[in-house]
Amino acid sequence: MAPRTLDEALDHLAQHGDDAKILAGGQSLVPMLNLRLARPAVIVDVNRVAGLAEIGDGHGPLHLGALVRQRAVERWAADRFPLLTTALRHVGHTAIRTRGTVAGSVAHADPAAELPALFVALDGVAVVRSRTGERLIPSLDFFLGPLTTSLRPDEIVVETRWSVPPAGTGWGFHEVSRRHGDFAMVGVVATLRLTGDRIAAPRLTLFGVGPTPVRSSDAEKALTGASPDAARLRDAGRVAAEALDPPSDVHAPGRYRTSVAATLTERALTDAVRRAVRE
Amino acid sequence: MTDRAGSRPSTTGPLRVRVNGTWHERVVEARTSLADFLREELDLTGTHVGCEHGVCGACTVLIDGEPVRACLLFAVQLDGADVTTVEGLAHGDQLHPLQEAFWEHHGLQCGFCTPGILLTAKALLEEHPAPTDAEIREAIAGNLCRCTGYQFIVEAIRAAAAHNPRGGHPARPHSADATP
Repeated sequence: MAPRTLDEALDHLAQHGDDAKILAGGQSLVPMLNLRLARPAVIVDVNRVAGLAEIGDGHGPLHLGALVRQRAVERWAADRFPLLTTALRHVGHTAIRTRGTVAGSVAHADPAAELPALFVALDGVAVVRSRTGERLIPSLDFFLGPLTTSLRPDEIVVETRWSVPPAGTGWGFHEVSRRHGDFAMVGVVATLRLTGDRIAAPRLTLFGVGPTPVRSSDAEKALTGASPDAARLRDAGRVAAEALDPPSDVHAPGRYRTSVAATLTERALTDAVRRAVRE
Repeated sequence: MTDRAGSRPSTTGPLRVRVNGTWHERVVEARTSLADFLREELDLTGTHVGCEHGVCGACTVLIDGEPVRACLLFAVQLDGADVTTVEGLAHGDQLHPLQEAFWEHHGLQCGFCTPGILLTAKALLEEHPAPTDAEIREAIAGNLCRCTGYQFIVEAIRAAAAHNPRGGHPARPHSADATP
């Protein structure tokens, strides 16, 4: 099915429920189809639906329509929101990002993916529609487990909203993967401000280390109001890693992930301190 | 694919697509990938099918000048689109500068990855006419080559950039930031 309006798309989902899958970028769905890992009876191609491809950066959060391609944000954000561009350059490769959508990656909810982690790190909100109405799902309520979200089968994400950190916020992004562009074995997103030479509003999100992206609240508490010296940052890495129980799989054992998480956290925090403008 | 709500999903759909400057009109099965459409319906077998799940890059073509995986698109999705395949690079006997550079710098052996890499490189040079070696390597990181070890591919792309009038830089020596 290739509906031209959102209402038509929602009608198809309401009619076919679990038997239908949405085709947007297709960079996660079509590999699953080709490998026969998914066999939906109906594909609802939403690429012709009007009005879903806007980037809105007026006031407040960044609004990304569901069909906004990863490559479009990568270019748009290069001078405006460099954390997004840096993270996006780790998402697959250029050809993937030309078609892949930001909303699609968030909705796919791979625990080792960059965009779901950024969605948590930046207080993301998913705007979700079904035939019965619209609801807003904050990121912490969105991810339930690997490849599992709180979306119902008749719902579609129409927009994702991303908090824009205040001017002067420092950021850091680090990831370790087998090859550039692969899913992360471990990744860290860090943001913080420096007020009077003390750390304020630290936020630490780790991915590849559990069933969903992980906010490291213990490390954040330890950093709040602390002086941004190297020992503190190293310690925060240790605290963040201690809270983890990462899976072992064919790519890396859990203990390796824990060890790398501590180091990447320290590096991401170091970068964030370097980039922060002292207020 | 029908777009009337409540009706049954279609198994075929109309397609009008421009490939290398020529419009083609067909009715295609919805399940046919762009790669299979190009190869089997249009006899453009330069686009190669490797992994069929988007990883190897052998199927890379350009849509409106941007690289995409033809194995991850259904042909019906391309209605109204402008596709470039490797067959669209040369003008008769006149090779594209990238093809010349690959020939001169031994940037291919079996040639299986080459069409995908040429088109990826074409898109890169159009956006970044004077890329560093690191930028070249990042751009082709999504294209796997089993034969060459990549070094001559990078040199060929560097040479093509250097000879591009829009590039404006002399050929760069092997740069320190290129990891072995």
